[in-house]
Amino acid sequence: MSYIVKPKVMHPQSPRNNLGLTVRDYEGGMSTLCAGCGHDSVTGAIVQAAFELSIPPHRMAKFSGIGCSSKTPAYFAKQSHGFNSVHGRMPSVACGANAANHDLHYLGVSGDGDTLSIGLGQFCHAMRRNLNMLYVIENNGVYGLTKGQFSASADLGSTAKKGAENQQPPIDPCRMAISMGAGFVARSFSGDKEQLVPLIKAALGYKGFAVIDVISPCVTFNDHEGSTKSYKYTRQHFHPAIHADYVPPSEDIKAQYQDGEAMTVTLHDHSQIVLRKVERDYDPTDRASIYSYLEKHQQAGEVITGLLYYDDSLKEMHDLSNIVHEPLSRIEHSKLCPGDEALQSLQNIWR
Amino acid sequence: MGFGDIVNSDMSTGPKNNDFTIRVANTNGTGSASANALLMKSFFRMGIPVVGKNYFPSNIQGLPAWYDIRISGEGYMARSGRIDILIAMNAQTYEKDLGDVVPGGYLIYDSTWPRHKLLHRDDVTIIGIPLARMCNQQFKTARSRVLMKNIAYVGVAAALLDIDLDVIKASLDKTFAKKASLLEANHTAFRLGYDYTKEHFDCPLPFKAERMDKTSRHIMMDGNTAAALGAVYAGATVGAWYPITPSTSVMDAFTSFCERFRKDDETGRAKYCIIQAEDELSAMGMVLGAGWNGARAFTPTSGPGISLMSELLGYGYFTEIPAVLINVQRCGPSTGMPTRTQQADIMSCAYASHGDTRHVLLFPSTPEECFYLAVDAFDLAERLQTPVIMLTDLDIGMNDWMIPELKWDDSYRPDRGKVLDADAVEKMESFHRYLDVDGDTITYRTLPGEHPKGAYFTRGSGHNMYGAYTEDSNEYLEVVDRLRRKWETAKQYVPEPVVDYSDKYKVGIISIGSCDGAVIEARDHLIEAGIGVNYMRVKAFPFTDRVQEFLDAHDRIYVVEQNRDGQLRSLLLLETDVDAAKLIPLLLYDGQPIECEGIFESICQDQAKGVAA
Repeated sequence: MSYIVKPKVMHPQSPRNNLGLTVRDYEGGMSTLCAGCGHDSVTGAIVQAAFELSIPPHRMAKFSGIGCSSKTPAYFAKQSHGFNSVHGRMPSVACGANAANHDLHYLGVSGDGDTLSIGLGQFCHAMRRNLNMLYVIENNGVYGLTKGQFSASADLGSTAKKGAENQQPPIDPCRMAISMGAGFVARSFSGDKEQLVPLIKAALGYKGFAVIDVISPCVTFNDHEGSTKSYKYTRQHFHPAIHADYVPPSEDIKAQYQDGEAMTVTLHDHSQIVLRKVERDYDPTDRASIYSYLEKHQQAGEVITGLLYYDDSLKEMHDLSNIVHEPLSRIEHSKLCPGDEALQSLQNIWR
Repeated sequence: MGFGDIVNSDMSTGPKNNDFTIRVANTNGTGSASANALLMKSFFRMGIPVVGKNYFPSNIQGLPAWYDIRISGEGYMARSGRIDILIAMNAQTYEKDLGDVVPGGYLIYDSTWPRHKLLHRDDVTIIGIPLARMCNQQFKTARSRVLMKNIAYVGVAAALLDIDLDVIKASLDKTFAKKASLLEANHTAFRLGYDYTKEHFDCPLPFKAERMDKTSRHIMMDGNTAAALGAVYAGATVGAWYPITPSTSVMDAFTSFCERFRKDDETGRAKYCIIQAEDELSAMGMVLGAGWNGARAFTPTSGPGISLMSELLGYGYFTEIPAVLINVQRCGPSTGMPTRTQQADIMSCAYASHGDTRHVLLFPSTPEECFYLAVDAFDLAERLQTPVIMLTDLDIGMNDWMIPELKWDDSYRPDRGKVLDADAVEKMESFHRYLDVDGDTITYRTLPGEHPKGAYFTRGSGHNMYGAYTEDSNEYLEVVDRLRRKWETAKQYVPEPVVDYSDKYKVGIISIGSCDGAVIEARDHLIEAGIGVNYMRVKAFPFTDRVQEFLDAHDRIYVVEQNRDGQLRSLLLLETDVDAAKLIPLLLYDGQPIECEGIFESICQDQAKGVAA
């Protein structure tokens, strides 16, 4: 049996968040992924972010599709409802859940196969609808559970474990997300929690569709020489274009920034993100220049990371459809049913 | 009773007052629908039962379309196989249309242009009316000339059939209450046809319309509208869909009802969420997500959509999520004939998805039942925590049927099933999603956001009764075997079949859905002909004990359905203890709404064989 219960051992001096909870309260079952899997680091980052944000665990809902990445919602937030759906269909399930009750934090975890091959259509359309959720892609360029086939994010010329070379161009989820209308598009690396945790926190505070493409190496099938999604390659070619510092609602921005070096954006929950530019000419609000920047640097083999694109002017799904604030699932039937009198007068049109 | 008692095995009789059929042959996109509706409603408003059947192409404009109006003083609901009056407005199909008229019938054509002399039948009375010429003289624009020609033929029919002019006037006044200019034009066009006919022909025909009182407390309504209204009354708040003929008007109607009834009085905000998905897979995923999260959610679709939804349907079955699907069946297989009717998704819905899956199905026979069973579908889905598919078809869904006025019991409260709220979870030591606490095969569920102790992980992979992942054989069996027992539990909740039974008869008919009207009519004729038969119409799957009882009580049973392979019969063979030899398939599946003659004749012939042997 591969279900493993994690023993609950609590250090009495574990730090507590605003809800009085410890990090352990945001953990889940024991991971059954390979030792060293990048996904476990992403799980850790999600746990850390949710803990630091003091999200009541039961006010979060977790979604995934199929694949190694999609197993991970079982490994964090055990006090949150989880929905491990079918392959490539997580966005639609999350969309329906969100339609029923907008008043939860929606977090989806998917992989490059689940998102960019079988689920490409759903991924795109969830963005077009501007579903209010955080969509994390654990991107390793390879199908793990079926033992090592290239995925749609594999780079041209990268090689499989047994030496075969990938001949098809990759799909870049970030560029795709920007063109599909997502307003929060980031890339990160499972090995860089310093960057990843603030990005997850900011994304959870963002109202609308937020994508984080996390390069998350597969130690078993795609961590060799010739892979462009290995730990070694990613570390060597990792290139932050922009830093995102997350500042909670109750705190003030303390750091001093020079003119032109940083820009501040305020999220709907009054928290703030300070975007610090590494590249002076990088503008995270200018779609056209981002495309050419990413194109140029990715051609050179660099892995460009950070909050690549940000737009807070977009209306999310419920606002677009002008839906009531009360969650639809909580409205009493008496307020939904027109009743017999209305039915009798309605029927005049068919008499 | 045997064949020796049969006095008359020929059920056809000539047209008589309040018993005839009009067919209008036209091209689609010419605006004839409103003229046909006007004509049909005129009979209805004279108190005479009517049946309307629309034959339209999968096309926007310019292809042949027909509209049949059966006037049935006896109140039969099925299409009629005979055409007594044909209004031939489409030169393309004129020859075929003329051929379809019964001997002694009438053909009305537009005599503006000369008719080829070959297109003639001595046994049909031809009535030429210069419709186009009159309308071209009267109306200025090309579009109004086309539209008004249609209203003019209503005038012709009104003169020939003695339709009450007050009824026509009232209908036009009602339809164009807000468009005075159109009202006048329509009245004028009607009079053009009416006056010309009165002047040049003997009116009325030997058969005509006569006022009755058989339509009070009735309405004319299509099943898609009724199903959508049922969803509104059931309290559905999330509708996800992908447009597909012939189900599209379900969501169109749901949208318009929601706009009328579901806007917040103060803010104008919507108390519903309708999502046009990118495909049926997505629509199904949305319904499951919403159902899982506590909303009543549904999707209307048709056969190809069911094929695409199958994987997620299996997910919903295995993880026990309420969902409602409305499958408005059309002609398969594959793309098939999208604008023709059939009942050929019975098997694919019953067992949709890989692995051992089975789904609760409901089979309405009329728009009236679409309304009430749609409400039942939502209750059943939540009570049984599983997808429920209501199978209607194009005939029910898109044609206007005369049905009793709908009623709503204001004391209705939705059955939300076993859902634990935060208080209930708080009092529990621990919550486990698939633990059969009550021993009735239905387990408790919780909704996200309520209570941290209520959290569980929904997975389509193997899970044990605690909701945890498993590959352990025994743990797996505990879950799937309970699901099988839940199927037995479902039998106590689904609607019973409609049975008309007499001890006298050992022969039975079983049918389903839109076959009902034709079977009832055929059965009347069979009884007149001395063949007594009992009748059962199944309304749901799983089959209840009543179904088994009916099967047991008869020696020979005709299973009437609209598909090639006898899918209802197959399902009965699989799911009951019935001897295959006594279930006789009686299949009508050419895509047209079913009519009684084929049923009547087949049973007469079969019974005659039985007597001969």
